[in-house]
Amino acid sequence: MLRERGQREVFCGLTGIIWLHRKIQDAFFLVVGSRTCAHLIQSAAGVMIFAEPRFATAIIDERDLAGLADCNAELDRVVARLLERRPDIRMLFLVGSCPSEVIKLDLSRAAERLSASFMPKVRVLNYSGSGIETTFTQGEDACLAALVPILPVESASAKQSLLVVGALAEVVEDQFRRLFTAIGIDDVRFLPPRSAMQLPAIGPATRYLLAQPFLADTARALEARGATRLAAPFPLGVEGTTAWLHAAAQAFGISDSRFHTAVAPEQERARGALARHREQLAGRRIFFFPDSQLEIPLARFVSRELGMELVEVGTPYLHRPHLAEELAMLPAGTMLSEGQDVERQLDRCLAAAPDMTVCGLGLANPLEAKGLTTKWSIELLFTPVQGFNQAADLAELFARPLVRRARLMV
Amino acid sequence: MQLTLWTYEGPPHVGAMRVATAMRGVHYVLHAPQGDTYADLLFTMIERLPQRPPVTYTTFQARDLGGDTAELFKNAARDAYDRFKPQAMMVGASCTAELIQDDPGGLARALDLPVPVVALELPAYQKKENWGAAETFYQMVRALAGAAPRERAAGAQPSCNLLGPTALGFRHRDDVTEITALLGKLGIRVNVTAPLGASPADLARLGDADFNVVLYPEIASQAANWLQRNFNQPYTRTVPIGVGATRDFIVEVSRLAGVDATDLLAAEDSRLTWYSRSVDSTYLTGKRVFVFGDATHAIAAARVAAQELGFTVVGLGTYSREFARDVREAAKAYGVEALIADDYLDVEAKIAEAHPELVLGTQMERHIAKRLGVPCAVISAPVHVQDFPARYSPQMGFEGANVLFDTWVHPLMMGLEEHLLGMFREDFEFHADAAPSHLGTGAKPVAEPAAAVVPAAVPVAVQAPVEVQGPVVWSPDGQKELGKIPFFVRGKARRNTEKFAAERGLTTITVETLYDAKAHFGR
Repeated sequence: MLRERGQREVFCGLTGIIWLHRKIQDAFFLVVGSRTCAHLIQSAAGVMIFAEPRFATAIIDERDLAGLADCNAELDRVVARLLERRPDIRMLFLVGSCPSEVIKLDLSRAAERLSASFMPKVRVLNYSGSGIETTFTQGEDACLAALVPILPVESASAKQSLLVVGALAEVVEDQFRRLFTAIGIDDVRFLPPRSAMQLPAIGPATRYLLAQPFLADTARALEARGATRLAAPFPLGVEGTTAWLHAAAQAFGISDSRFHTAVAPEQERARGALARHREQLAGRRIFFFPDSQLEIPLARFVSRELGMELVEVGTPYLHRPHLAEELAMLPAGTMLSEGQDVERQLDRCLAAAPDMTVCGLGLANPLEAKGLTTKWSIELLFTPVQGFNQAADLAELFARPLVRRARLMV
Repeated sequence: MQLTLWTYEGPPHVGAMRVATAMRGVHYVLHAPQGDTYADLLFTMIERLPQRPPVTYTTFQARDLGGDTAELFKNAARDAYDRFKPQAMMVGASCTAELIQDDPGGLARALDLPVPVVALELPAYQKKENWGAAETFYQMVRALAGAAPRERAAGAQPSCNLLGPTALGFRHRDDVTEITALLGKLGIRVNVTAPLGASPADLARLGDADFNVVLYPEIASQAANWLQRNFNQPYTRTVPIGVGATRDFIVEVSRLAGVDATDLLAAEDSRLTWYSRSVDSTYLTGKRVFVFGDATHAIAAARVAAQELGFTVVGLGTYSREFARDVREAAKAYGVEALIADDYLDVEAKIAEAHPELVLGTQMERHIAKRLGVPCAVISAPVHVQDFPARYSPQMGFEGANVLFDTWVHPLMMGLEEHLLGMFREDFEFHADAAPSHLGTGAKPVAEPAAAVVPAAVPVAVQAPVEVQGPVVWSPDGQKELGKIPFFVRGKARRNTEKFAAERGLTTITVETLYDAKAHFGR
């Protein structure tokens, strides 16, 4: 295990807004930050304005810093204007940034104050997506953790229920809901919900499954509300999905035979679909740059189900308790690295000359230009990849760059 | 605090990155928190550069703030020098690092590196990307341009520098090629092109040229002014975008270089001039265009639109506040009030209000136009991956003018198509709401399904037919007849008819009112 501290070529937590604002359809994300923050989200989103976005930036300017304008009064004015324009919004997140944290703008107090004036129509919450506090997907963790305190209380005497935690594509959510029903678990809730008005209730009867590996703070907040985590690997690939579902089945006292009857056809179909990609990928050497914290579950999937060889698996942050099952499944002696010194890591990557490099958008083309085949890691977050029916799609994301390289004759 | 949905310009340190990335042998050490490295993707993904920008970030985190961030910066600068061995370094801070006041310039000086180190002060809470690029280029020129220039030998070939092209610039790559060739035809040698492709050693040779050509005033004006004051080098004021401006530019540079341009002007090779005069272009006459972009491209586009394509400029604006005066001046010539705004919502409202038939704007206006169902061509940064075409596609010079002709005319309904639509507007496949055949579904005049929430600023009139508009009511027949008018003039017809009715105190608009108004206003 290599721990590095140097230049980290990663996004900050604000980037999570790109998927979260589409997930919770009546929520709006207002970053309180600088022009850099606005530029980052817009650039990471690819300037794709399909519709008016449900995010914006309140750009702090010189007047705010010099104390000529009262930041809180300014924020109230901006929020009022925003909510007037968007009467459909039911939940507003004030998202802290590097500058707002350095100047110690207290967004939790601002959120309380604004909530008091806009409730019950709009609830105002806050979390930090700043780069000094969060790396990329930790923004989602901070956002979900901010939701936990406002989740309705479920009485201790309630029947045991299942909460799936972590943003998933709607198609995946629907598949999981059907699967849980088939297994015999009917009361399944999701966090984040699709609407701010449908917050799942939690309490001591709540058993939760993490759908994403980067939710440390959310898990802590859920436990504080009495919920219990079901330890499992993450639902990537046939093996991961099976074990993830099985953890729930066990907690809900479902017999193994019923479980297997429910999942066997899906497993079968997914294995068949994977086989084609396995042919392409088996024996290929893969290198993961740290990005989304999905690296370890992905590495487990590509090594065990696709037969790929792991050169280095980088992760921005390793949460050992949540990843215990994943780590146990990695081949012995896998080279893990936590944190980053991007220059040294590039040196290692170029020296190892892997067949496939998983990395961020800033590194992909420069590595391609040096003859390496890359997969942009952000696509692994923006594509539905969890569950049985997506296992082959996930494999295909790795296979496509290699297929492409083989096809091109120029 | 300013509420911002989309921003036209990045922060000023991105401007500095554009200069560093354009140059050779330069490295920029940026004191910045984790996450600011996103800016690398602008260059590697949007511009598709095959190498990383020459930038090292300190990427400090919260835990570093309690400790010694200054030490972190010094280590990063030292390591960057050792690894990249640049001929010159730039150091500075991004917005967050500006707040912690570590003074990168002073820290870098203390390192005593064996190369020139240019310290950049780019106030992130006041200024923006283009200003940052201009300031950076100016500081680099000041620091590296060397001593006063040598006297030019009598009879030597006249020469100039091309100033302003950067990385992530809107067609800068091809403009440089085009203008270098044009100058070559006049017998003028390009001494140094900067920042694009220049090394610190090249900047030291700037003084060898007779004069400077400022391609992009937003980026090069400040440096050119300094060179004029210190090296006595005059610089050009004409930006050669469009046929007329290219002719003016040829006259201006030939005067500065002391060469004769008569032959070149006589042998002018422009397709735009002939295409614009060819009969098929008649339908372009008086098309209402709204122009918005950086100041240079917006002013140039308005001139080309009005003088070279025969359009009517119904709006002219810029997000470059530093050049607001120039844009206001230009707008006067078209009888419109200049829009100086970097608020996307204000721009959207103004465009909707002007009912243009074509928008010449940035990628932002492309989306505004899409929502309004108006065709759009992109004339200016902020850039998108599509603004780096694989083919040669300059904006400047005679070839640039040809590119403008194609780019602006293709999104429009073609001449014959427009007539046929007028004739057969009730054909079920060829109706008024149909998009031009060559545009697919992109230009449908209906609001996109995803754009369910209409910004309050957009008048309802252009979004969907409504029965009531102020005190004047449309009769069902009148409304139906209005629907037969092709979408690209319907907004104007509605507006004129309502104005006509209101002026006459009519409360109901019938079919007759519609045609009375049509006769009154003509077209």
